[in-house]
Amino acid sequence: MSTLRQGSQAVAIEQDVVLARQTARKLSIECGLRLVDQTKLITAASELARNAVIYGGGGHMDWELLEDGARRGLRLIFRDDGPGIPDVKLAMTDGWTSGGGLGLGLTGARRLVDEFSLESAPGAGTRVTICKWT
Amino acid sequence: MSALSQRTIDVIRKNEGPLLASWHANLDASGAARDSRISQAEFESQTKEFLRVLAAGAAMGDVNGMAGNEWSEARTFLERLSRSRALQGFDSQHTANFIFSLKHPLFELLQAEYGKDPADFASQVWAVSELLDGLGLHTVRTFQKSREEVIARQQEELLELSTPVVKLWDGVLALPMIGTLDSQRTQVVMESLLQRIVETGAEIAIIDITGVPTVDTLVAQHLLKTVTAIRLMGADAIISGVRPQIAQTIVHLGLDLQGIVTKANLADALAVALKRSGFVVTKGA
Repeated sequence: MSTLRQGSQAVAIEQDVVLARQTARKLSIECGLRLVDQTKLITAASELARNAVIYGGGGHMDWELLEDGARRGLRLIFRDDGPGIPDVKLAMTDGWTSGGGLGLGLTGARRLVDEFSLESAPGAGTRVTICKWT
Repeated sequence: MSALSQRTIDVIRKNEGPLLASWHANLDASGAARDSRISQAEFESQTKEFLRVLAAGAAMGDVNGMAGNEWSEARTFLERLSRSRALQGFDSQHTANFIFSLKHPLFELLQAEYGKDPADFASQVWAVSELLDGLGLHTVRTFQKSREEVIARQQEELLELSTPVVKLWDGVLALPMIGTLDSQRTQVVMESLLQRIVETGAEIAIIDITGVPTVDTLVAQHLLKTVTAIRLMGADAIISGVRPQIAQTIVHLGLDLQGIVTKANLADALAVALKRSGFVVTKGA
């Protein structure tokens, strides 16, 4: 597996969520994802970017265009230095929210992508990695 | 002291012609000259006018007091200039260069005048430099403000644009949503829709999301709240424009839209609305 290209952009305020979505859209088209998969990845990116802004107090989105044999993929990493998630298992429960949302952002994002990993500890920020392959 | 001496002001006034010619040449070289957006006559009158207000301001006052009354004419002129430049779509560098490219011709003029008098020369160069810097900064500041005004106006316009509530039929309203649905916009959309339901006594409101590129949980939450509010008003809501990729995404996200009538396109939603209102559409013979 090799990385074709990579980059990063800040996700600090609400407007950045829109920009993150646009970047995800551009990259997923370039990656050659089908329309349904594009929409899924963009939606997942939207959820995670908003989480980083609202709960993480702002962070970054790193992206990598990957190549693995004939397959190509797009990996997005959302990281923030916020308060972290005390109970990851609880956070990954459908319908649970610490804010005012529907409680489907994290779990929904996991169902929308091929690979999903969440690293977080109280006080150590949060890092969510998602990946979608063609 | 950093005021322009009377001698300097006199020499500027006396050499207006050559000064203007050399300023124009400098503007050309810095790429800040006029293009098709400004006519030659307008451009020349602007440079001439600026030299006049500069000399007039300098004759009256101290260079340090840029905020004072002596400079109000120069300030007004520059504000007008940078505002028109901003509206014409020039960038800030272009606008600032209008002022800064006068430095070189002015210094040359001073050098010719004070060549044998280094102390006076230095003090006058310093004064002119301070003066032009101050005026240049003022120009950029005004320019930026004008641009911000343009942006703010466009944002307002977008907010208006995104909320047209249209009457499709007697008792049927439609709201075609376009673009990003953030909290502020959804609020405006919801308010105007509910208001129109009251005004028209509509029984069915169709929310069309064909133009919404991404439906994530926040957008869904906004939609659910809007639908609930519509129902509380005694009307019914139909969501149309659910494209295949959006439908699949909603399923994976785990969003529950059960209990809400959804349709793939606006035509289907209108058909449902007409049927419920008891209308029958027939093809003429």
